[in-house]
Amino acid sequence: MSDPHLYGVLAEFATAEQLLAAVARARTETRHAVLEAYSPVPVEGLVEALGPRKADRIPFWMLLGAIAGGAGTFALEWYAAVWDYPINVGGRPTGSWPAFLPPAIEMAVLGAALFGVLAMLISNGLPRWHHPLFEVESFGRASNDRFFLLLRAIDPKFDPRRAREILQTLTPLTVREVRL
Amino acid sequence: MAAQMRSEAAAAPLMDEGETYTSITSNVSAITLHRRFGRLWLTGFTVALALALLLAFGVGWLLAMGVGIWGLNIPVAWSFAIADYVWWIAIGMGGTFISAALYLTRRDWRNSLNRYAETMTVFAVSVSGIFPILHLGRPWFFYWLFPYPDVMNVWPQWRSSLEWDFFAIIAYLLVSILYWYVGMIPDLATLRDRAPTLARARWYGFFALGWRGEARHWRRFETVSLLLAGLAVPLVFSVHSMVALDFSEGLVPGWHSTIFPPFFVAGALFSGFAMVLALGIPMRKAFHLEPYITERHLVNMAKMLLAVGLVVDYSYLSEIFTAFYSMDPYEVALAKNRFFGAYAWVFWSTILCNVVLIQLLWVPRVRANPRALVAISLGVLVGMWLERFMLIVTTLYRDFVPSSWGMFYPTFWDIAFLAGSMGLFFVLYLLFVRLVPVVSMFELRKMVRKRERELA
Repeated sequence: MSDPHLYGVLAEFATAEQLLAAVARARTETRHAVLEAYSPVPVEGLVEALGPRKADRIPFWMLLGAIAGGAGTFALEWYAAVWDYPINVGGRPTGSWPAFLPPAIEMAVLGAALFGVLAMLISNGLPRWHHPLFEVESFGRASNDRFFLLLRAIDPKFDPRRAREILQTLTPLTVREVRL
Repeated sequence: MAAQMRSEAAAAPLMDEGETYTSITSNVSAITLHRRFGRLWLTGFTVALALALLLAFGVGWLLAMGVGIWGLNIPVAWSFAIADYVWWIAIGMGGTFISAALYLTRRDWRNSLNRYAETMTVFAVSVSGIFPILHLGRPWFFYWLFPYPDVMNVWPQWRSSLEWDFFAIIAYLLVSILYWYVGMIPDLATLRDRAPTLARARWYGFFALGWRGEARHWRRFETVSLLLAGLAVPLVFSVHSMVALDFSEGLVPGWHSTIFPPFFVAGALFSGFAMVLALGIPMRKAFHLEPYITERHLVNMAKMLLAVGLVVDYSYLSEIFTAFYSMDPYEVALAKNRFFGAYAWVFWSTILCNVVLIQLLWVPRVRANPRALVAISLGVLVGMWLERFMLIVTTLYRDFVPSSWGMFYPTFWDIAFLAGSMGLFFVLYLLFVRLVPVVSMFELRKMVRKRERELA
C-alpha cells in the first residue's frame, strides 16, 4: 500500500530541453498518466508532451461572456426605452437600435474579458494559496530559472521507488519527495 | 533602403546575449525587493503627494461650493474639466496600444515596455474619471448614469453619447485592470518566492493567487492573454471614439464632424506614446534598466511617435480644409477664429508642439538621444493638452449668435485640479515602481527561451 502522505516525486532540471526529454522518457518508461511540469516560462510543446488532455474551454466562455454582456445590455436598453418608459419625441421610433449598440458593444467586451479571466483562474484551480509543492525549498526557483517534473502519487501506476529510480536516470539536479 | 534599415535593426539586439533567466529575475526583482528608497524617489513622492492633497482639498471645496469654483460658465461650460479628462484618458490609450497591438503583431520589443505602459494606462484612466464626475454639477448623483430600477422610475438616456461614454470608461477601466493584473500574476509569484521576509512573501503570495507555473496553467494563461490583447485593441479604438462622439454629437461648428473619432484615436495614441517615453526614460536611468530598455526600444518608440503624430497633423489639415471647402460661414468663421482670434496663441502653440516639434524625430541622432526624446515627449504632452483646450474653448466661446459670445478665464482651482491630477497620477505611479516589477520578468524570459530555441 502506498504512503497516503506522499503527494508525488519531484525532479529539478536546469533547462527546458532537459525537462522536455524527461517528460517524454517518464511517460514511455513509467506509463504514468498524471504528470505535472513546472517552468518559469511557457515551454512550447510541453503540454502536448505531458499527454492527452481535454481542450480548453476559455474561448467558449469568453464568447458566452460577450453574448451575456452584449445581449444583456441591449435587452436592458430595449426594455427601458421601448417597454418601461417610452417617450414620444416628434414621432421618432422608441426602438432606435443603432443608438443602443455602443453600450452593448462595450459591455460585450467587458463580459468577454471577465469571463475569460475567471475561466482561466477556475480551470487552473486558482486561487490556491497553499500547495504541497510550496513546502519544497528548491521549488521557489520554478518561478525563476529551474524546470520541474512531478510524478503524482495518485497515478495508479505510481511506485515511489521506481519513480525515483527513473527520475534519477534523467540527469536531474535534485529528486525529492513531496509530502502532503 | 529597406534592407539597410533591416540590417540596422538586426545589428542592435533587444537584449544582451549574456542575459539568462537567473540574471533577469535577480536584476528586475531586486528593484522591488532590495532597493532602498532614494532621495529622488522621496522628493518626487513628496511633491506628488502635496499636489494630490491639493486635489483632495479642491474636490472637497468643489463639493461644498459647486462647479462655480472653476472658471467655466455659459457659454464655455466645458473648458478645463473636459480637457483634463480627454487628456488623461487619451494617455491611457497609448499604453494599451503598445502592450496589446504589439503583442498581437509579435513585436518582441514591447516585452520591456508593456508592464509600465499598462500601469500608466490603469492610473491615467482612473485619474481621468474624476473630471467628468465632478463636472456633472451634482457629482454625488453620478450613479444616475447607471441603469438601475430607481424610485423615480426613469432610465438613463440611451441615445446620448455621454451615456455611451460612461459605459465606455467603465468597460475600459475594468478591462485595463484585468489585463494588467493577469499579466502580472507570474511576476508576483516570482516576488513571492524571492521575498526576503515572510510578511512580504505573504503580501505578494496573496496577489499571486498561488501561481506555480504548471505547463497547462501557462497554456491557459497564454490563451487568455492573447484573447484579452485581441479585445483590448478594438476597445482602445471604440472607447476613444466614444470620447470623440461626446463632441461630434454636438451641433456646434468645430465639433459636428465625422472626422472626430479617428482624429481623436490618433491624438490619443500620440499623447500616450509621448507619456510612455516621458515616463520610461527617467525610470530607465533611475533603475539602471538600460539592459532591458535599450536604445533600440527608444528609437522604435520615437518612430511610432512620429508616425502617429503625422496622422494627427494630417487630421489638423483635413479639418481646416473641410472648414473652407464646406463654405459654411460658421465653420469658416471658426477656422479663422482659431488662427487669429482671442485664443490664437493656444492654436499656434498646439501647432508648434504637435506639428513642428515632432519633425525633429526624422533625424536619427535625435531619435537616439534620450534627453531630446524626453523634451519632445513633454512638448507633445503639452501640445495635446492645449489641443483639447483649443477644441473645446474656441468652439464654445463664439457660437452662432453674437449675443451668446463670451470669454473663458481659468481660476486658481482650474489650474489646481490639473496639477493635482498629475500629483495623484504620480503618487500612484511612484508607488507602483516600488511595489511590483517595472519590467515583465516572465516576458523577458520568453525572449531568452526564444533565443535558446533558435540556437538549438
